[in-house]
Amino acid sequence: MAETSVSHAHETHGHGEGPELWEGGREPMKASYGKLMMWYFLVSDAFTFAGFLIAYGALRFSMPTWPEPDFVFASFPFVKAHWPLVFVTFMTFVLIFSSVTMVRAVQEGHRENQRGVVFWMFLTILGGATFLGSQAYEWTTLIVKENMTVQQNPFGRHIADGVYLNDDGTEAKKPDGTPDTFHKGQSYLLHMHPVTQEDGSTKDEFIQRKLKYTTGAYAGQTGIQELGPKAFGALFFFITGFHGFHVFSGVVFLTIIMINAMSGLYAARRNGYEMVEKIGLYWHFVDLVWVFVFLVFYLL
Amino acid sequence: MAGHQTYEEQKALVFRGLMILGVVTIVEVIIALFAKGHIVPSIKFTEGFGHYLYMLLMIGFSLFKAYFIIFYFMHMAYEVRSLVLSVLLPTALLIWAIIAFFQEGSSWGARREQIQEKNEEVVNPAPAGKPQGYILPGTMKG
Repeated sequence: MAETSVSHAHETHGHGEGPELWEGGREPMKASYGKLMMWYFLVSDAFTFAGFLIAYGALRFSMPTWPEPDFVFASFPFVKAHWPLVFVTFMTFVLIFSSVTMVRAVQEGHRENQRGVVFWMFLTILGGATFLGSQAYEWTTLIVKENMTVQQNPFGRHIADGVYLNDDGTEAKKPDGTPDTFHKGQSYLLHMHPVTQEDGSTKDEFIQRKLKYTTGAYAGQTGIQELGPKAFGALFFFITGFHGFHVFSGVVFLTIIMINAMSGLYAARRNGYEMVEKIGLYWHFVDLVWVFVFLVFYLL
Repeated sequence: MAGHQTYEEQKALVFRGLMILGVVTIVEVIIALFAKGHIVPSIKFTEGFGHYLYMLLMIGFSLFKAYFIIFYFMHMAYEVRSLVLSVLLPTALLIWAIIAFFQEGSSWGARREQIQEKNEEVVNPAPAGKPQGYILPGTMKG
């Protein structure tokens, strides 16, 4: 860039280190422009995610009850059992594995090994696609089977100990004759059932049992099983959806860059496959965000 | 990047990373299931001090995983100090965001409870014969 240096020679830069410092001649922080900008994009993205997760915490603290994650997230494909957290642990491992294969792709890139880069990037893409498929299963279960939407959350919890009531107001009994009681903090999932309306049509409605509280400040009061806090559904779908969209765009960019690597584009640049390193930073960030989504939604 | 380690060392780091992240995740899930009473039904850490301890432990494990991913998978450990600081220091602002918004959330919850209590309160009916409702100043006689 000698010409540009000459044309700007009249400007003083104040450092006495020559104009090339400001003309792309030397890299500030010993990292290329693209890598630096990827880092700062990730910083801003981290703040977006942090804002969402902090909003989750604030709304959770403002509610008297909140759904229990190990009750809500307990389904597993092809299994009719209640397996708390098992499927999300699998999803976490899928992301960890795809992060590891991404590290290998970057390492092969530094050695200018085109076959290695393409092989490890392909495995990374497979990992990303597996994660997306798992998330699709998780969402489908929640939406179709359990009727959770952004505006409606059928996962509730009792606010005090009590007993269920029959429709006529008498205390309900279990099949073995003991009173049908519940305790404070116990989770329940409300199911939908077709109910005949006044005009003769049927409409799916939640079955909410009548109940009476027996202890604490609510002792003696009657009520029904309420729907859980609405915000839970909205926060779940927005935050995991936003993360899932990051995974999706990551898969798209990984695919584009893998095809470019196959074509020999980056080999010709002779810069140690820097583009692979940059998408690698993004991909690890997606894994990093999942660490916190996993913490906030499934563990706490 | 490649200059600081041999290829064999790099591959060893990747395997170690997989082990560390995998083991930490499994330990987290086992502790979570234990604390919520899924392993030994009589032992639970869902309230009080035990719950705080459980949450701190989970946050600690997650921060460790985040540290490992950033410093070794994203190579932050090998970047120059100014880059490390310019990326990590701004996130310190989140400490205040967490304190402020969680405080806001619990205060919001307290208001909800107060409103609930006020709604259920039985108000004494006004004594008969006295004027009820809003009285304009100067219109009420002695």
